[in-house]
Amino acid sequence: MSEINIVEAPAGVEGSGFFATSLDKVIGLARSHSLWPLPFATSCCGIEFMATMGSHYDFSRFGSERPSFSPRQADLLMVMGTIAKKMAPVLKQVYIQMAEPRWVISVGACASSGGIFDTYSVLQGIDEIIPVDVYVPGCPPRPEAIIDGFNKIQELVKNESLRRRNSPEYAQLLAKYGIQ
Amino acid sequence: MSNFITEITPNRPVYTDNDPQGELTTLNLGPTHPATHGVFQNVLQMDGERIVSGVSTIGYIHRAFEKIAEHRPFYQITTLTDRLNYCSSPINNMGWHMTVEKLLDIKTPKRVDYMRVIVMELSRIADHLICNGILGVDTGAFSGFLYLMEEREHIYEIFEEVCGARLTTNIGRIGGFERDFNEITFQKIKKFIKNFPPILKEFEALFNRNRIFIERTSGVGAVSPEVAMGYSWSGPILRATGVDYDVRVNEPYASYEDFDFEIPVGTTGDVYDRFILRNEEMWQSLRIIEQALEKIEKEPKGVFHADVPEFYLPPKEQVYNNMEALIYHFKIVMGEVETPKTEVYHAVEGGNGELGFYLVNDGGRTPYRLHFRRPSFINYQMYAPMSGGMLLSDAIINMSSLNIIAGELDA
Amino acid sequence: MGKISNQHLIEKLTAKYGEQISAISEPYGLLTFEATRTVISDLLAFLKNDEELKFNYLTDITAIHYPEKENALGVIYHLHSFYNNVRIRIKVFLPVSDPTIPTATLLWDGANWMERETFDFFGIQFTGHPDLRRILNVDDMTVFPMRREYPLEDPNRVDKKDYFFGR
Repeated sequence: MSEINIVEAPAGVEGSGFFATSLDKVIGLARSHSLWPLPFATSCCGIEFMATMGSHYDFSRFGSERPSFSPRQADLLMVMGTIAKKMAPVLKQVYIQMAEPRWVISVGACASSGGIFDTYSVLQGIDEIIPVDVYVPGCPPRPEAIIDGFNKIQELVKNESLRRRNSPEYAQLLAKYGIQ
Repeated sequence: MSNFITEITPNRPVYTDNDPQGELTTLNLGPTHPATHGVFQNVLQMDGERIVSGVSTIGYIHRAFEKIAEHRPFYQITTLTDRLNYCSSPINNMGWHMTVEKLLDIKTPKRVDYMRVIVMELSRIADHLICNGILGVDTGAFSGFLYLMEEREHIYEIFEEVCGARLTTNIGRIGGFERDFNEITFQKIKKFIKNFPPILKEFEALFNRNRIFIERTSGVGAVSPEVAMGYSWSGPILRATGVDYDVRVNEPYASYEDFDFEIPVGTTGDVYDRFILRNEEMWQSLRIIEQALEKIEKEPKGVFHADVPEFYLPPKEQVYNNMEALIYHFKIVMGEVETPKTEVYHAVEGGNGELGFYLVNDGGRTPYRLHFRRPSFINYQMYAPMSGGMLLSDAIINMSSLNIIAGELDA
Repeated sequence: MGKISNQHLIEKLTAKYGEQISAISEPYGLLTFEATRTVISDLLAFLKNDEELKFNYLTDITAIHYPEKENALGVIYHLHSFYNNVRIRIKVFLPVSDPTIPTATLLWDGANWMERETFDFFGIQFTGHPDLRRILNVDDMTVFPMRREYPLEDPNRVDKKDYFFGR
């Protein structure tokens, strides 16, 4: 049997029979280790994600055992591959369909900036239509890079305030992309 | 210049309204449906579980390859071909290099040809591994996929050793390879052809005579050879219908005529036949790689590109230290090399069929026109017509076994 | 499976079509010639159905644009005879003002999407095509992007303006 690592408890006050910490931290801890990703795989990076998901790199180790193909039950939108202008409204709709809190990771050069496809038909980065939390560079990124990006998201999730999604700043951010 | 591209507008799928009474259900499958492994949209008219008719919408990752190709010098187009069929990019790379070599009348040494054959056959195995693994997943058997993905990683390790990249390999240059295979590459290839057969055998034992699998796949999507040829099918799915057309044999390139291998053909063209045929092709690919390894031993060592200094980019250390190399480097990069003003069509047997490059050259730095004959695009057009009358679940596995790659479909 | 020679093909075709076939050449052994749109349907049907030639397989349909020529748009057919293992390339040049050509879908079902793609990128009107819509580009695009006058990059882009780079 392999060794099992247990995550460290958040900082808090410990005494006999009780442990006090803030709700933010407990929920962040729980959320960050059970993120359900929605693989929005369109092209080459999707194949690298397949490798990440497969037996060799075993993406499930990080608590994303269940890739959720329905946006309704997903926490993390992983956009992998070129997003053409024809696809852009679909991507936006998928993002809108996701329930809060939701995070977005943009995997690969195409999703992040259009990549080598500086053409009339390709969206030059998905951040033109939806907010992005983490960018993973590479064309395509290696599975290790995808995992690293995922770990970065986990850090974000862990440290996010519970009230962030209700704040006016957040509403403003979404309004910038035309999302209510 | 006019603003000919409109702003992003909501895309309107085309619904066929051939059922005014409303007895049929319209089901929009895609473009992000998990069962389709890519960006395909099919608007289906359903009678219960049975598909009555369907309309395919494609172009969701259209990237304008052919337009880009008109703006890139020959050696930079290799990166584009990577992203056509990204499951077997080396075949695309080599296909493009051989097209340009045909245009420029470059004869590559035998050793280069054999190296190419090894890389191409490895990537054919990688391509078929994905297709058959996914077909297993879609019929409800996840374990086969996990076994095979492990082996695909080993192929990617070999590619990494050859060129440094895993998936979008950009292997080779016009005239040969950018560097020789090192010792570790050969060791890894030998290890792979030793370790892979038992895994493939185990995979076949899991599926080939599995009652559930046969019931699910046999008879699904059966196509007659006449219809398949009428739809210009090529590759494994055409051979599964019983037509023995393989570019490797009909128009041998890269010294395929030196090898002893068989072209498996099916009888009914259904999903089961395609599955068995792809497995058999992997065995044949292994045979080819074994022969190529033997042949390469007999060739002079250290030859990894043709002697064509006006087209083959010299190594960087020579560019910095050698006048002649610097001149050639400059000429190639600036596109000052004379090229014949003519046109050429070259086809290779890609993972999904005949991958053709139609290149029209006007002697300039970039191709005047480059058209890719993309097998996925041509194979996929029959999908909606052939889905009529199928159960929805059968249509899904039919799509998996056609092995449509979105990048190649939409170009 | 005897391979028929290009010479034999040329003789056979010129005997039947005479003046309608021009600019015969053989780049890299692939017989290439130009035909006119009045005979193209008949020519394709002849090539497909002839007992000896049997060009049964439509490899590809595409187009090309030479803006400086009078007949600027060219439709290019690649056919393949599985029986003789011979390929052939046929070109038909059309003026930009009237880019119409009869469809090949009556002979090969596979021509359907190839012609849609050609229409999408070059605006070639295939008369008799069952469903000539855009295929890869967005439906509301108004131009044909592969024609030479249109740029590769999106002209609406703002992030490449010179002032971002201090120019």
